[in-house]
Amino acid sequence: MSWNWRAIWAIVRKDLKSVLKNKMVWLPMVLVPASLSVVLPMVTFILPSLFGPPTAETEDLAPLLEQIPAHLTSQIAGLSDLQQLAVLSSSYLVAPLFLIVPLIVSSVLAADSFAGERERKTLEALLYTPIADLELFVGKLLVGLLPAAGISLASFAVYSLVVNLSGYHIMRRIFFPTAAWWPLVFWVSPAVSVVGLGTTVLISSKVKTFMQAQQASGVLVLPIVFAMIGQVAGLFFMDTGLLLIAGAFVWLLGIWLIWIAARTFSRRELIARI
Amino acid sequence: MREAIIIEGLTRCFGQTTAIDRLDLRVGRGEVFGLLGPNGAGKTTTVRLLAGVLRASAGRAQVLGLDVATQAREIRSQVGVLTETPNLYESLTARDNLLLYGDLYGVPKDVLPQRVQDVLDEFGLSHRAEDLVGSYSKGMRQRLAITRALLHEPALLFLDEPTVGLDPAAARLVTDTIQELSRKDGRTVFLCTHNLDEAQRLCDRIGVIDQGRLLAVGAPRELARQLWQRVWVEIDLHGEPSAEVDQMVARMPTVLSRRMEGGRLLLEVADEEAIPEVVNAISGTRGRIYGVRAREHSLEEIYFEIQGGGRPTIGGRL
Repeated sequence: MSWNWRAIWAIVRKDLKSVLKNKMVWLPMVLVPASLSVVLPMVTFILPSLFGPPTAETEDLAPLLEQIPAHLTSQIAGLSDLQQLAVLSSSYLVAPLFLIVPLIVSSVLAADSFAGERERKTLEALLYTPIADLELFVGKLLVGLLPAAGISLASFAVYSLVVNLSGYHIMRRIFFPTAAWWPLVFWVSPAVSVVGLGTTVLISSKVKTFMQAQQASGVLVLPIVFAMIGQVAGLFFMDTGLLLIAGAFVWLLGIWLIWIAARTFSRRELIARI
Repeated sequence: MREAIIIEGLTRCFGQTTAIDRLDLRVGRGEVFGLLGPNGAGKTTTVRLLAGVLRASAGRAQVLGLDVATQAREIRSQVGVLTETPNLYESLTARDNLLLYGDLYGVPKDVLPQRVQDVLDEFGLSHRAEDLVGSYSKGMRQRLAITRALLHEPALLFLDEPTVGLDPAAARLVTDTIQELSRKDGRTVFLCTHNLDEAQRLCDRIGVIDQGRLLAVGAPRELARQLWQRVWVEIDLHGEPSAEVDQMVARMPTVLSRRMEGGRLLLEVADEEAIPEVVNAISGTRGRIYGVRAREHSLEEIYFEIQGGGRPTIGGRL
C-alpha cells in the first residue's frame, strides 16, 4: 500500500488547528508542563532559601540521603549536604514527574482526536472520504505524538534552564542535566507518549465524549506516582541503567497497545457506532 | 454502463435486526432517485453500504461500475456524500473545511485553492469564507456541506435528508441547488428523504422502503397508475354543465361518479381510456369544453397507499 501522506498531514493540521481553538484541550497541555518545568524547580530551590540558612534543613534530610544507593553516592561525593539534596531532588526525585508531561499531552490530544471527533459529530463525513483506515489512524496518532515530543523537549529545555538558574545560589555552577536525564528524555519519554496514546485510543473507542476519555486515561498517571513514591522511599533510584531497561518495557507495552488499537480501528466499526 | 447503481439482494444485519433486507434496485446515470421511508427504515444504512463504509451481510452492489465489497476506496473517491448532520468543523473557517476535504479527496494541489474559491462563489459563501463555521446559520452550514460534497466533482451524489431541520427558505435553497446539479451537470443523485414534497419536486423515480424492505420502485405517475386504475378528470365548462350534458354523463358506464369542484366538473372515470370518450360525448352535445386535465395523485397519496399495503406490481428497473 502506498501511503497518502497528503491526506495524513491534512488530518494532523486540521486536528492541531482545532486544538488551538479549544481551551479545554490546550490548557492542560500548557499548565502541566509549566507547573513541572518552571514552578516546581523554583519552589524546590528558591522557597527554602527564603526561610533561613540552608544548613538548618539538612539535618532533617539525613535519613533520605542515607538511602541513596552506593553507585549514586559517588556522583554526589564532595558536595555539601544541601548540594547533594539539590542534585538529588532536581535530577532524581523529580524525574518521574517529568514523564507526566508526555503522558498528559499525548492522552489529551488522543482523547480529543478520537473521542472528540465522534462527540462533535464530524467523524462520519471523514469516514466517507477515500483516506484508508490505517492512514486515518496514523494521522490521528501523529496529532498526539508530535506535540507530545515537542512539548516534552521544550519542557526539558525550560526545566534545565530554571533548575540551573534557581539552584545556582546553592551549586555555584551549571549542574543539570545529569546523565540519567538523557535516556529519560529521549528514550523513556517518547515511550510513555506511545503508551498514553495507545491506551487513550483504546479507551476512546469505548466512551462517548472527550471528557470521559480524558478522565479514564488519567489512571495512567498512577504508575508515575508509584515510581516517585518508590524513589522517595528508597526502593529504587532512576539511574541510567534502570531507565534504559524500564524504557524498553514501556516501548514494548506502547507498541503492543498501538498494535491492538490499529487492529480495532476500522471505519466499518466506527460508522456502526455513530 | 448505463446504470450508476446496481443492487442485488443486498442485506445488512445488526445482531438479530435486519436493517436492509434483500434489496434489489437499479439507478440510471443522470437520474435523480429518491429513497423514501420513515425514520429507521434503512435509508442511511443503504447509503453507507453503497459508499463502502459498511459491509453487507449478504448480496452485492456496484456503484459507478465498482464493487462495494472490494473497491470501496475507489467508490469513495468518486462519490460525494451529504450526511444528515453537516459534519463540519465548527472551529475552522469554511475555507479551511473545504481545503481539508480537498486534500482528503485528492483534488490536485495546484488547482485546489481556485476550486475552493469557485465553489464558494457558486454557492454564495465567499463573503463568509474566512468566518468560523460555528457562526453559520443552519442553512449556510447545509449549503457548505453540499459544497464540500461537490468539491471533487463526483459523478454520483448521495444526499441523506438534505433539508431536515431547515426553515422553508433554506430548504428551498437546498432543493433548488439539487435540482440544478442534476439538470445542469447531469449528475446522478441518490436522495434519501422522508420529505414527500421535496421528493415530488426533485425525483425522476422513487423507491419506498420500510423496515429494510423495498416496497415499490418507479416514477410517481407509474406507481399511481399501478395503485389506482380509476382516474379523476377535471373538465372546465365555464360554469355548471347543462342538463343535457349532465344526463349524458350520468348515463355513461365508464363514469363512476361526478361532482362540481371549484367551478369545474370533476368526473371519476374507470381508466385513462375513458377520458377521450367522455370529452367526445360532451362535445357531441354541443357543450363547450375550455379545459381538460387528469388529476394526478400526489406523492403523499402514493406513499401512504404503498405504506398502507397497496403494493404496485412494478418492481425495480431490473
